[in-house]
Amino acid sequence: MSKLTLKTEGDTHVVITRRFAAPPEAVYRAHTDPKLIQKWLLGPEGWTMPVCINEAKPGGKFRYEWANAKGASFHITGEFLELVPYSRIVHVERMYLPDPTPDNHVETRFDADGTGTLMTIRMTLPDTQTRAAMLATGMEGGMEASYVRLEGML
Amino acid sequence: MDNLDAAFSALADPTRRAILARLAKGEATVMQLAQPFKMTQPAISQHLKVLEDAGLIVRRVEGTKRPRRLAKAGIEAMDQWLAMLRKALEKNYDRLDEVLASMEQHQKKRQKNGEIR
Repeated sequence: MSKLTLKTEGDTHVVITRRFAAPPEAVYRAHTDPKLIQKWLLGPEGWTMPVCINEAKPGGKFRYEWANAKGASFHITGEFLELVPYSRIVHVERMYLPDPTPDNHVETRFDADGTGTLMTIRMTLPDTQTRAAMLATGMEGGMEASYVRLEGML
Repeated sequence: MDNLDAAFSALADPTRRAILARLAKGEATVMQLAQPFKMTQPAISQHLKVLEDAGLIVRRVEGTKRPRRLAKAGIEAMDQWLAMLRKALEKNYDRLDEVLASMEQHQKKRQKNGEIR
């Protein structure tokens, strides 16, 4: 059974949860250390992240660029609003396709769960249309937009 | 399904996927569909034609309007597309599990070395 849950909530939210065996400190570091991010935030087989800039501090910026062997690429940029080591990250981000998508406001929580971590990502989009477009656009490579559950949209 | 190739090539375009996602919420007119995309009605009509030819959406006649809705094949195609995206997300986190496991091993090794010294 999958450890991942993802669903839409209200008109503008998307909520994802996932459990990890490692403690919150490790999961938090894997979300903020560029060297670690580049190892896993890659989406489907065949994609890499050649550029991973992450200034994990309030007001800090990040930029992730993905590419595949066929020469396709895209990127996202964002800013951190709040970081509470090792429990909470709040940021905004947008994807360039190539025009920027409306800002996605994302709160990520890392809660201790036994010896592991329960991660909860709560995204807030400006409106329902933007959310539908984001879910449908998905990501050809990365992750942020690939949170989808049709039942929630119907 | 004969239309599978047409369905997947129809889904290869982000605007068309967004149109399908919008229609998943209910029937809509061309004008309603064009509004969030900042596209002209003819441009949207072109996308709608591709979706229609692929059997993903159907139209209804209502006076001068031709509202579109998802066809059964459209719902199935969206489902498959979403399953694919979900898989990509799961793949990320499966990789993260491995990264976390190797972090823990690394940490243990450092602790062990610390003890020896």
